[in-house]
Amino acid sequence: MQDAINQTLRRLPTWPVYVLGLAPIPWLFWLGATGGLGPEPIKALEHRYGLLGLQFLLAGLCVSPLRRFAGINAIRFRRALGLVAFAFIAAHLAVWAVLDVQSLSRVWADIVKRPYITIGMAGFACLVPLAATSTDRAVRWLGGPRWRRLHRLTYVAVGLGAVHYVMQAKGWQIEPLVYLAVAAGLVGLRGLPPRKRLA
Amino acid sequence: MRRPVRHPGPEDVTPEAVYLSRRQLIAGAMAVGAGGRVAASTELEPNSWEDITSYNNFYEFGTGKEDPSRFAHEMTTEPWSIEIGGMVDRPGSYGFAEIMDGMPVEERIYRFRCVEAWSMVIPWNGFELRRLLDRVGVQPGAKYVAFETLYRPEEMRGTRSPVIPWPYREGLRLDEAMHPLTIMATGLYGKPMPNQNGAPIRLVVPWKYGFKSIKSIVRISLVDEEPQTSWNMIAPREYGFYSNVNPEVDHPRWSQATERRVGGGLFAGREPTLMFNGYEDEVAEMYAGMDLRANY
Repeated sequence: MQDAINQTLRRLPTWPVYVLGLAPIPWLFWLGATGGLGPEPIKALEHRYGLLGLQFLLAGLCVSPLRRFAGINAIRFRRALGLVAFAFIAAHLAVWAVLDVQSLSRVWADIVKRPYITIGMAGFACLVPLAATSTDRAVRWLGGPRWRRLHRLTYVAVGLGAVHYVMQAKGWQIEPLVYLAVAAGLVGLRGLPPRKRLA
Repeated sequence: MRRPVRHPGPEDVTPEAVYLSRRQLIAGAMAVGAGGRVAASTELEPNSWEDITSYNNFYEFGTGKEDPSRFAHEMTTEPWSIEIGGMVDRPGSYGFAEIMDGMPVEERIYRFRCVEAWSMVIPWNGFELRRLLDRVGVQPGAKYVAFETLYRPEEMRGTRSPVIPWPYREGLRLDEAMHPLTIMATGLYGKPMPNQNGAPIRLVVPWKYGFKSIKSIVRISLVDEEPQTSWNMIAPREYGFYSNVNPEVDHPRWSQATERRVGGGLFAGREPTLMFNGYEDEVAEMYAGMDLRANY
């Protein structure tokens, strides 16, 4: 069963992850521009992009536990998941800055003054070097161990993203807390002591 | 650009309603007092019926903006009564028809400014709250008015989780409640109030952030101490008892200096927020000498 899944995964191309993953960016934008996201499409678009970004980040974090605990190797897709997440979060930031806040000085003021925005921005800042070193060339240039160490920043980024989501909620809302718990769980799995590998 | 498909609906009656309500707005402004004027009253173009009834905060039906329009129909609004009590001469349970009997219902076009920095212009139908308070007889010691929203979990799915402590509570100082701009609204665009907008009867206080304008009211109490109000109970640093619209006092998480009119589409601009939401001339004197930064 495990082998069958792994064989299938090995044969699948990775480009559909990019195509299908990124499709909601233009699609939601089009919906927003044509009334499909309700009477206040700016906030709706901002929230949808942000949440999709967090979801793809979490999906990326599932890859190594899947291999470790279920023996399923989806590592080939992890780069695509991460880059799609980065694209959504960049789009989220762009909608916020350009369509929502609409002024560079106010964007800066918000980043400095509002803790939940500071935290979200810090999360994005963590992702920039990861996206920039996502190519094979960058991996070779950094060398495996250094590249892996750098990419542990993902854990920080996911944590900050989930906290940012919790902090923007009004009242006691369950959904952001569920995301935070899932993020904490997935990061926490990395801290488990390594098991003896089965021969 | 928006909503390419439009079925004939209530929004198609807008022009006449707008025309009529403009005249009544002027009447309302005159009622405010000699020399009083409703700021920029001439240029208020109401939002569409669809904007007003599909983009709502009414957490009793869910925290999403579209949740109230999807689920508020599950609320029964007939029969309806308001329990009026506390420091009044004639306490009791007042049925909706009894309350409306002989009440002069006017149309008032008001700006509506949400604390979340979006805004609309809404043509309400309603009567001045002071008329109801006069009818029940406010006793001399009363200083505040407390309000409560219906809490009926079987019909209000949002209340099945503890997003906020139910029932929703709001309050006004007595002079605010007696102000002629403060109305109990029972309709929109000349139609009965849709459930998602607070059917059958809600408060509208146009110079305060929208959450003060409590919906679907079932209890009104005259009291001598500042009542507890829901958002203030949840996050006192973010939501004060007064919550007057004030572009100079930011919400801790966002600026209140500007706002976005709902309905402008994906490329809508922002507009400066007006002091007391544009009703400064009418209401500022109630807060004379008060530190509005401390009493946010």
